[in-house]
Amino acid sequence: MSMIVPFGPQHPVLPEPLQLRLEIVDETVVSALPVIGYVHRGLERLAEQKDFQQDTYLIEHICGICSFMHSTTYCTGIEEIMNIEIPERAKYLRVAWSEMHRIHSHLLALGLLADAFGFESLFYQIWRTREHIMDAMEYTTGGRVMLSAACVGGVRKDINEEQKQFVLEKLALIEAEFKEEAHVLLDDYTVKARTVGVGVLDAKTAYERGAVGPTARASGLKMDHRMTGYFAYDKLDFEPVVENDCDAYARTKVRIREVFQSIDLIRQALSALPDTPLKTAFKGNPNGEAAVRAEQPRGEVIYYLKGNGTDKLARCRVRTPTFANVAPMLHMLNGCSLANVGVIVLSVDPCISCTER
Amino acid sequence: MKIVVMLKTLLFNLLKGPVTRKYPYEERPPFPGERGVILMPDESKCIYCGICARKCPSNALTVTRTPEKEWKYERFRCILCGACVEACPKKCLEFGDRKK
Repeated sequence: MSMIVPFGPQHPVLPEPLQLRLEIVDETVVSALPVIGYVHRGLERLAEQKDFQQDTYLIEHICGICSFMHSTTYCTGIEEIMNIEIPERAKYLRVAWSEMHRIHSHLLALGLLADAFGFESLFYQIWRTREHIMDAMEYTTGGRVMLSAACVGGVRKDINEEQKQFVLEKLALIEAEFKEEAHVLLDDYTVKARTVGVGVLDAKTAYERGAVGPTARASGLKMDHRMTGYFAYDKLDFEPVVENDCDAYARTKVRIREVFQSIDLIRQALSALPDTPLKTAFKGNPNGEAAVRAEQPRGEVIYYLKGNGTDKLARCRVRTPTFANVAPMLHMLNGCSLANVGVIVLSVDPCISCTER
Repeated sequence: MKIVVMLKTLLFNLLKGPVTRKYPYEERPPFPGERGVILMPDESKCIYCGICARKCPSNALTVTRTPEKEWKYERFRCILCGACVEACPKKCLEFGDRKK
């Protein structure tokens, strides 16, 4: 006989208010139904009532983890509608801060994963390392999470020589400390017992269910929107991180490798900063529509923006990566044991605040 | 089979002591350029143009010219983006302490 167990929205493992109604038989999950709507704030509607330049700061508040990436993607959309070409230095700075956000997001996710399988000292250790990148962001922009560094036409802040040295020192610290922590996540017997073979999502299902980001790449799909070369990614040297094991261990491995990849990308971006102005001046209001995409830590975000010639947008629609990853996550939960639900959910790294807006 | 991979980190942590500060007795000085509360140290410089209020995304600022000239700031509506500080033509706005 089956019974329904509510998992969340208040649950020690879940960092975000998501409820999963788990239908279980004995200890096995037969099906899962997500219930969302706990943190809906109506930000898309609010964005239609504010000035399109004020929206940059509003959109930044969609997510408390990949905030800068939301605002830059939004700015890219407006720039596409208004045919604004941003200066080269702004492109490199956008890459640098985006990658700092990726490191911060992946370290946060890996720490929470460690907490989900009960390894609290590893959780604290990873979050301790994460403080270095938070300091780097705070020193370069004045804010720990809400950088407010993006604006339509470029960026508002610059990274000077002193700040650059500070960031590079912090990156060296993260690299050294995270190597030790990654070793525990990848090689420890007890950690592997909780992640290897758990939450399997094969490549075909991942593709059919529309998985994005590390969830898709851990299933062997070479999908990374940075490969299209937006901002300055076309001038930097990197390859998407792909793993073929399809389980929670592979997703952990993808995130670990991406942290090191991001460290490398920031170093490349900071060493190649061109000496140009920070933003392009423009006049007028957006009139037209654009759909833009960007690779966030959790996957690909899509912005649809429509301007009607006034200073307020006619429509601002966001498709966040977690929304795309919910269907693959439900597939992973089918047939798993109740004890593994937390690990599977955290291995996908859902961001419900983004999804509900 | 590796079961003591965290040992090196644990021993290092034991010998090194805590990394956290004894707040509030010991505080980390703020980074230069940290965005904090918005201040207007010298109100005589303000021309009450209202640009800051128009730029503010969270309606935290109100500027009135009649019957009395007034610049009003609501701290708890402010999201510390700094759009007003950047836009002020007379440069009479600045960031203060974040904790206030």
